Amino acid sequence: MSMMEEKVPGHTGRSEGGNWPWMHIIGFVISILLTLIALRLVLAHAMGPAGLFVTIMVLAVLQILVQLFFFMHILEGGGPRWHLWMLTLGFIFVFTIIAGSIWIMTFGAESY
Amino acid sequence: MPDDTLNVSHFLVTGDPLIYGADVSIVVVSIAIVAVLTYYRKWGWLWREWLTTVDHKKIGIMYMIAALLMLFRGGVDALLMRTQLAFPNMRFLKAEHYNQIFTTHGTIMILFMAMPFIFAMMNIAIPLMIGARDVAFPYLNAISFWMFFFGAMLFNLSFVIGGSPDAGWTSYPPLAESEFNLGPGENYYLLALQISGIGSIATGINFFVTILKMRAPGMTLMRMPLFCWAVLATSVLIIFAFPVLTVALALLLIDRIAGAHFFTMLGGGNPMMYINMFWIWGHPEVYIVVLPAFGIFSEVVATFSGKRIFGYASMVASLMAIAVISYFTWLHHFFTMGAGPGVNSFFALSTMIIAIPTGVKIFNWLATMYNGRVRVTVPMKWALGFIPNFAVGGATGVMLSVAPADYQYHNSYFLIAHFHQTLIGGVVFGMLAGMYYWWPKMFGFLLEERYANWGFWWFNIGFYVCFIPQYLLGFMGMTRRIYTYPTGMGWSTLNLISTIGAFMMGLGFLFIAAGIVYSIFYGERDTTGDPWNGRTLEWSLPSPAPHYNFARIPVVTSRDAWWTMKEERKQGVLPPGRDELRPIHMPKNSGRPFILSLSFFVAGFGLVFHWYILTVIGFAAVAACLLLRSFDYDTDSYIPVDEIKKTEASYGRS
Amino acid sequence: MSVMQGSLFNHPPSRVGGERVEHADHPDPNLWIFGFWIFLASDLVLFASLFATYAVLHTHIANGPSARQIFDVTGFTAETLFLLTSSFTCGLATWSMRRGQQGWLKAWLVVTLIFGLLFIGFEVDEFATNSMKGYGMSTSAFLSAFYTLVGTHGCHVSLGICWMVAILIQVFRLGITEVTARKVFVVSLYWHFLDVVWVFIFTVVYLTGVMG
Repeated sequence: MSMMEEKVPGHTGRSEGGNWPWMHIIGFVISILLTLIALRLVLAHAMGPAGLFVTIMVLAVLQILVQLFFFMHILEGGGPRWHLWMLTLGFIFVFTIIAGSIWIMTFGAESY
Repeated sequence: MPDDTLNVSHFLVTGDPLIYGADVSIVVVSIAIVAVLTYYRKWGWLWREWLTTVDHKKIGIMYMIAALLMLFRGGVDALLMRTQLAFPNMRFLKAEHYNQIFTTHGTIMILFMAMPFIFAMMNIAIPLMIGARDVAFPYLNAISFWMFFFGAMLFNLSFVIGGSPDAGWTSYPPLAESEFNLGPGENYYLLALQISGIGSIATGINFFVTILKMRAPGMTLMRMPLFCWAVLATSVLIIFAFPVLTVALALLLIDRIAGAHFFTMLGGGNPMMYINMFWIWGHPEVYIVVLPAFGIFSEVVATFSGKRIFGYASMVASLMAIAVISYFTWLHHFFTMGAGPGVNSFFALSTMIIAIPTGVKIFNWLATMYNGRVRVTVPMKWALGFIPNFAVGGATGVMLSVAPADYQYHNSYFLIAHFHQTLIGGVVFGMLAGMYYWWPKMFGFLLEERYANWGFWWFNIGFYVCFIPQYLLGFMGMTRRIYTYPTGMGWSTLNLISTIGAFMMGLGFLFIAAGIVYSIFYGERDTTGDPWNGRTLEWSLPSPAPHYNFARIPVVTSRDAWWTMKEERKQGVLPPGRDELRPIHMPKNSGRPFILSLSFFVAGFGLVFHWYILTVIGFAAVAACLLLRSFDYDTDSYIPVDEIKKTEASYGRS
Repeated sequence: MSVMQGSLFNHPPSRVGGERVEHADHPDPNLWIFGFWIFLASDLVLFASLFATYAVLHTHIANGPSARQIFDVTGFTAETLFLLTSSFTCGLATWSMRRGQQGWLKAWLVVTLIFGLLFIGFEVDEFATNSMKGYGMSTSAFLSAFYTLVGTHGCHVSLGICWMVAILIQVFRLGITEVTARKVFVVSLYWHFLDVVWVFIFTVVYLTGVMG
């Protein structure tokens, strides 16, 4: 992920000066690879359900990071980066809603 | 609820003299409004100055008028309920009618009174306080208002067309599902909240961006007035809480319209999931409405104590802590669901923890007054009335947060008394304080004190007379939402006292309203722009502020910026040489937000009655409005320097 | 073209008749982009609520089929690849725009739209096939949650397509200006965001579903 380091804080311009959108191409390749790996692991039942679920979730999170950093230019823009704080808070609340709901709705309950 | 499958005899609600009375009064009032506007040839004025405005100050005023009207309607609902409960075995209201009234009372008070009231205060004060000329997205701001307005219209329409919702303001399934609640009332509820909810999310985003990005030079975050911090925290909560309500309501609507099985009893649905999601929104919502009130109290207490607010940093920290922690407490609304000791303990603890930052704030207000030169003006009276009131409400809240004990209090009148104490004692007191405080800034005259004092005392004393007996009734086993009770329960005396208190509050409201009417004619004009000897930037402007707010954007050097400027002037420090006036870039008025929201209203009305053609027409109009906006490049203009000079001169300023 | 790299974020103050003016509403395009990020954070929570519902209800299949019985691996893999590719081409559109290459900008936007339409086509086909088998919204809580979650995403994509068409027309009419550049950037953020949501749908709904 050395490409990411180029986008140092406060750096307002684009880091790709050349004639090829290398960042985008690399991001695309990584995202396709991550997708295919996840698919492959599931179809091959490569591990137990719990381990498999955790693995594909990790792959999904990596995929999100690719989108955010390579395509959405999340680190761009001058000044304080409030949108990063809000996104972080957003992800915390996303986790709260999903994990909280599952916890509350299934606590001690049998599956239907 | 009569099962109104759609036929003409059921379309208009019939059969109850109260409703006929309402029908007649609505028609009469509508005709009167049309007649007055036509007679005085005010249609053009109404359209140009109000319906198409994107000016935050005017939008704020419209929010406030709407909130006061809704306070009246919700208040009448409350008085009807209290009349029904005044004596045992009363036959004033029928059971279904009572159900409708407690449903509309709750929904209106939270979503169509408290929400617009906080939006009113935000719109009126925030841009002026941070030294901006408008909010970040003025056009979106107009959309927000009209979405709220038409949502409220749709909701209130249910009273005369089709029948009001009657499943409680929380609208829990399975009662709210079509198996048990066929009529259009429930659809009205779902769609009205959905439409106004879109507006609320947009407002949250708008003010978040405004506060973070539109501050005058030199106004760092830690120099902002506390009201700005409170609104920032509220905006964060709106942004993250309202989408959950959107989903909960949408899924219930899909259940009702498309026969899905989210919350049904059959087909694998789980009604508790709705309750879970409703409160993921519902608990932050409580703080969404109360944090701006805290902000207003901070401004009012500081101004009328003639001191800087005590413990500014701790105030900011506690606001932010409340904002985040409030997202982790939602289950305490349904401890009795029985999710188990692990879940209940977690949420009981998080609920108790949130009392700590709230307590910090109370002590800071007290410390601000300590050793201050306190002027007991009307806004200050509401702030002083708030403190003991909210302290009791907070203490009973901690009692409720103890999960095992909650099994006793749950859905009893103890709970009713508790949340009215926080919502009236916190939010309504706060908004009224804000209204009296900023009224001169909005309209250029002060509200008369005598009426305001009568209003305050009747409302404040009436509050305790109304709700303290309800705590006791809760202990005595009276549950919420019962429409009558037999003699011999030992509840009769306390209920009668409570009803008397409710009418005292109603009288207080009448005094407040009468005071407003009186002041329009005889109120003291505010010629200085700074009638309270204020501390923050809005008081540096003339009252009412010109539509561009600041001819020159102020440069801020400290907290309580206007106070510092006044002190420096007293010490003979001259303000630094002022820049030349420059043309000011302002957004143009637009009728599209109004038409867009009207289209949503049409689409929603169609969905209520399953008239899908109307829905399609409505949404087509929505799409057309959005596309027209996208292709519209003529959205703003410049005010030339001459005009600014003329306007400033008319205020006696250069 | 005048809009070069980075100019989206460092634009010079506007001028009227050679005079610098102060802005009331939108001092710079950053404000809109920032506001849109905040909207995305809000929309994220909307999807989180739908995911939570799906997570709670996905085992409640009543008398209907289970996830494993109705999910078609080829179909959802194709949808995923279409959307990932469209996200890539959308990124290329922004990249070309920043280099002032109007032709490439239009071309990449058109390619993005084509992939978006393919995605929607496959999704509609998937929904239609299942409905024809009698597995509809009202079959079970699982299917209600499935159709609503995936359908909400589909609606977002459809809306994104209409929006992108509107902006494409503006680019054709006006070329790359400060305003159209901002609009392209914002719609591209939206498009990438939908990709982010889809990755979770792919993982949580489809992959977990076929895992059994």
